[in-house]
Amino acid sequence: MLGTIQLFNELGSIFRNTPTFALVLETLLLITVIWLLLHRRSGKRLTKEQEDQLIEQYEPEPLVPDTDADHPLLRTRLVQSRVGKRIVVDGHDCLNLGSHNYQGFLEDSEILEEACKTLRKYGVGSCGPRGFYGTMDVHLDLEDRLAKFMGLEEAIVYSYGFSTVASAIPAYAKRGDIIFVDEAVNFSVQKGLDASRSTIYFFKHNDMQDLERLLKEQQQRDLKNPKKALKTRRFLVVEGIFMNTGELCPLPELVALRQKYKLRLFLDESISFGTLGKTGRGITEHFNVNREEVDLISAGMEGAMATIGGFCVGSHFIAEHQRLSGLGYIFSASLPPMLTQAAISALDRFERDPHIFEELQQKSRLVQQYFKRFSMLRLQGDELSPVKHLYMSQEHEDLQTERKLLTLLADKCIENGVAVVDAAYLQNRERKPVRPSLRIAVNRLLDETDIKAAFDTIEKISTEVL
Amino acid sequence: MGNLDDAPCEEQGYAENGNGKAAATPISNGHTPKQWMNHAEEQQPHLEQGEIKFSAPAYTEIRTRSGGLNFKTVNAGSYHPAQQEASNGYANKRVNGSSRQQPKLSQADGILSAEQEHYQKTSFEEVPLHTACLTYLGFYLLMILGYINQLLFVPKVATEKKREGYVTLYDAFESFYSRYVYRRVRDCWNRPICSVPGAELVLKDRVTDDYGWSFRFTGTETRCLNLGSYNYLGFAAATGVCAEESEQRARDNGLAFCSSRSELGNTQQHLDLERLTARYCGVEDAIVFGMGFATNALNLPSLLGPNCLVVSDEKNHASIILGLRLSGATTRVFKHNNMRDLERVLRKGVCYGNPKNGGKPWNKIMIIVEGIFSMEGSIVRLPEIIALKKKYKAYLYLDEAHSVGSMGPNGRGIIDYFRANPKDVDILMGTFTKSFGSAGGYIAGSKVSQSKGFA
Repeated sequence: MLGTIQLFNELGSIFRNTPTFALVLETLLLITVIWLLLHRRSGKRLTKEQEDQLIEQYEPEPLVPDTDADHPLLRTRLVQSRVGKRIVVDGHDCLNLGSHNYQGFLEDSEILEEACKTLRKYGVGSCGPRGFYGTMDVHLDLEDRLAKFMGLEEAIVYSYGFSTVASAIPAYAKRGDIIFVDEAVNFSVQKGLDASRSTIYFFKHNDMQDLERLLKEQQQRDLKNPKKALKTRRFLVVEGIFMNTGELCPLPELVALRQKYKLRLFLDESISFGTLGKTGRGITEHFNVNREEVDLISAGMEGAMATIGGFCVGSHFIAEHQRLSGLGYIFSASLPPMLTQAAISALDRFERDPHIFEELQQKSRLVQQYFKRFSMLRLQGDELSPVKHLYMSQEHEDLQTERKLLTLLADKCIENGVAVVDAAYLQNRERKPVRPSLRIAVNRLLDETDIKAAFDTIEKISTEVL
Repeated sequence: MGNLDDAPCEEQGYAENGNGKAAATPISNGHTPKQWMNHAEEQQPHLEQGEIKFSAPAYTEIRTRSGGLNFKTVNAGSYHPAQQEASNGYANKRVNGSSRQQPKLSQADGILSAEQEHYQKTSFEEVPLHTACLTYLGFYLLMILGYINQLLFVPKVATEKKREGYVTLYDAFESFYSRYVYRRVRDCWNRPICSVPGAELVLKDRVTDDYGWSFRFTGTETRCLNLGSYNYLGFAAATGVCAEESEQRARDNGLAFCSSRSELGNTQQHLDLERLTARYCGVEDAIVFGMGFATNALNLPSLLGPNCLVVSDEKNHASIILGLRLSGATTRVFKHNNMRDLERVLRKGVCYGNPKNGGKPWNKIMIIVEGIFSMEGSIVRLPEIIALKKKYKAYLYLDEAHSVGSMGPNGRGIIDYFRANPKDVDILMGTFTKSFGSAGGYIAGSKVSQSKGFA
C-alpha cells in the first residue's frame, strides 16, 4: 500500500518536473505508436468471408505464356546420322561445320570400342551421386589423368558441361564478394554468376583498359571502407576462347592485373582445352603462362573430348573444396562410366598424337583465310580458334530480321550440303541481346577442298539471300 | 524403344520396358508377375480418364510412433465440400458392393477404410526424439573437439601457395568445418566402387594413415550387398536389354553429339524418348535433358519470374532450391508435408498478394514438392495438395526423381500410387538416373514450351 503511494508521488514529481512541451510531444508520440499498431492490424486483417471472396476472384496468369508457333527455338533440325565430318540433317547429307567435334573424336572407333567395353563392365548409369557409391574407379582414374595432364594437383569431374562452371563459381563466390567478368561470357557462366549473388562488374569484351578502370574504381571504394575491403573476395572470370565471339582472352595481361589487384582468376576453357597449345593443354600453354597463376580452370568435355560432362582443375586447396560445395557435383548422379571412359580414351589420344593440335590449328587458320573473304558476311574470331562467328556485314536495326535472315541462310546451306547453324541464344535471358550470327565449328578432319567447297556454297547462298 | 508406334498405353506392358529379369522380380509380397500385369491392364483405363481419385479427409495428423493406426481427422475445418462428398461417395460405393468395378487400391484393399488407406500410404516413421538428440550431441561433440584441435594444432596440409595478402578464399567456419569436422567422418562418403551398382557391388578398399587427410588404396576389394545405389529396378546392369540396346545405339549414333538440341543435337532418339516419356506419364508432352540436377535448376527459372510466389516444402532437394534462387521468384517455405501449413501459406499468398509490390496479386503461385522426398524418404500427400492447388488456383510442380518407376502398381510414380489424374499436376519432373538406370531428366506436362536445353 505504501509502495503504491510512493509510486504515485514519484510519477507526480516526474510530471511536475518535465517541461510541458516535452509532455505534449511524448503524448503525441504514444498516440501515434498506438494508432500505427492498431491501424496496421485493422488494415491488413481480412475477415474470412473477404478472404474467401478474394480466393474466388484470384486469377493467375497461365503457367507458360503462349509462345509464337514459329519461335526459332521450337523449330529444331533433325540429325539423322552419326555426327562426324559429314552429317545428315533433315534428310540432307552435309559437310559438318556446326558440331563442336573439333578433333573428330566422335568418329574414332577406338574410343567407341573402349567405351563399349566399359559399358559391358559397369552398365549404363552410375545410379548415385559421387558421395553415395556413384564414384567408380573410372571416375578417379579420369580425375587423376586430367590433373596430371594439366600439371596441377587435383581435378574434379562433373556430369554435365553446363553445370561445371555454373556450379564452380558459386562454390567460392558468395554474397558480398566481387566478380569482374568479361561481358561476352557464355550463358553457363552467366548462370553461375546469378547463383553466386555476388556483386558483378562487367568489363568490355577483352578490353583491359576498361577492366583496369573498374579495378581502380574498386580500389577507391576500398579506401573508403577498408574494413569491408578486408573481407571482400575478388574474382576475375573469363573464357579461354569465347563461345559467343570466338576470340582468345589476353591471358598474360589478365594475369598481370590479377597479381596487381589480388584477384583470383577463373578460366573457362570449354573450347580452348584440347585445341590450343602445342600439346592441347589450352590457352595457358598457348600464351606460355604458368598454370599456377590461374586459380581454377574449368572446361566442358563436350567439345574436343567429344563426350559428356566437364571438369575443374586446380590446386588441391581450391579444387577439393568443390567436393563439398559444388552443387552440381554433390547433388547430381555421377557421369555414366562409359562416357567417363570415352574421356580417358580421348586423353590417351591427346597424349599419344600431339600432332592433332597442330593439324586442327592449321585447319582453323585455313578456314579463317577463306571465310574472311565473304562479300555479305563478316567473320569474327581468332585465327587459331575452332569456333568462329559469321555476322551480317550490313547491320539491321532489328535483331529479329537479322536472325530470320541468318536462319534462312542456314536452312539453304543445309539443303545445299553444308551444315552451318545460327547460334541459339535465349535472348530474353541473356544479360544483353546478342547479335545473331552463324557459328562455325572447325573439325580437324576437314581438308582444303572441303573448306573451299563450303566457302563457295555459303558465298553463293549468302549473296542470294541477304 | 526403337520402332515406336502409337500403341495405347495398356499394351506397353512394363515387362517390355526393361529387361526380363527385373520384370520377373515380385514387386510386393504375394504378387506374381502375371497377376500383376493383368492387374495393371485392368486399371489403366481408369487411370487414363482420371475417373477415380483417391480422396481422403482434409487433415490427417500422422504420427507413427504414437501407436499403430491412431490418427485423428480434422473434419471441422475441412476446406473443400466437393472433396468431402467425393470422399463419402467413395466410401458408400464401397459399402454398396460396387467395388468390383473399382480397381484395387492396395494389398489391404477392402480391409481398410479410405482414411486408413490414405494414412497407410503417406505415413512415415518420424525420427524419435532420443535419436535426434543423440545425433545432435554427437555432432556438437565433434565440433567441440574440432575447436580444441584447432587451438592446439596447426593444420598440416591445405594451405594456399603464392597468394599472400589475398582475402582468404574460405570463411573461417567453412575451413574449420572441412578440416576438423568433416575430415573425421570423411571416410563415410565417396567410397569408390569397381563394379555395376547392382544388388551387390564391389568396393575398393581404402585406408587412411593420417586421420582422414588422405586415403590410400590397399589394392584389395570387398563384395558388399548394395543398399546405397538408386538402381531401384536393376536396369543399370552390364548385361540385358538396357546394356545391349545402349551399346547398339552408341555404335550406330556415336557417344555424343557435341551440340545443343537447338543446334545440331536433336535426333529421332530424343524425340522418341520424349514421346515415350509423355505417354508413360500420361500427359501430352515432355522434354528430356542431359542431367537431372540441371533439369530442375535450369527449368524453374524459365517457368517463374519476379512477381511469382513459390510455396516450397522445407525438405525440397538442392536442385529445386538452386532453381528458385536463379528464377528470382519469392519463395515461402512450408513445414514438411504439413497440409495445414501449406494452406496457411497459400491463403496468405492469395489474399495479401505481393507485399513488395504494394499487395498486388501474384502473377502465379506454384507449389513445389517432391514425390518421395530424397532427404526424408517420406511420401508427399498428393491428394490433399491437388485439392489445395485447385482451391487456390496454384500450379503444382512435382519432382518425381525418386518415385517415377518405383511407386504405384504400374510404376508410373506417385500419381499412379494415389490414383490421381496426371492432368491435375501441371509439371511433372523426373530423372532417368534412378529407376531407369541411365542419366538425364525430363519435364512433362500438358503444354510444354520451355526453352530447350543446352548441349
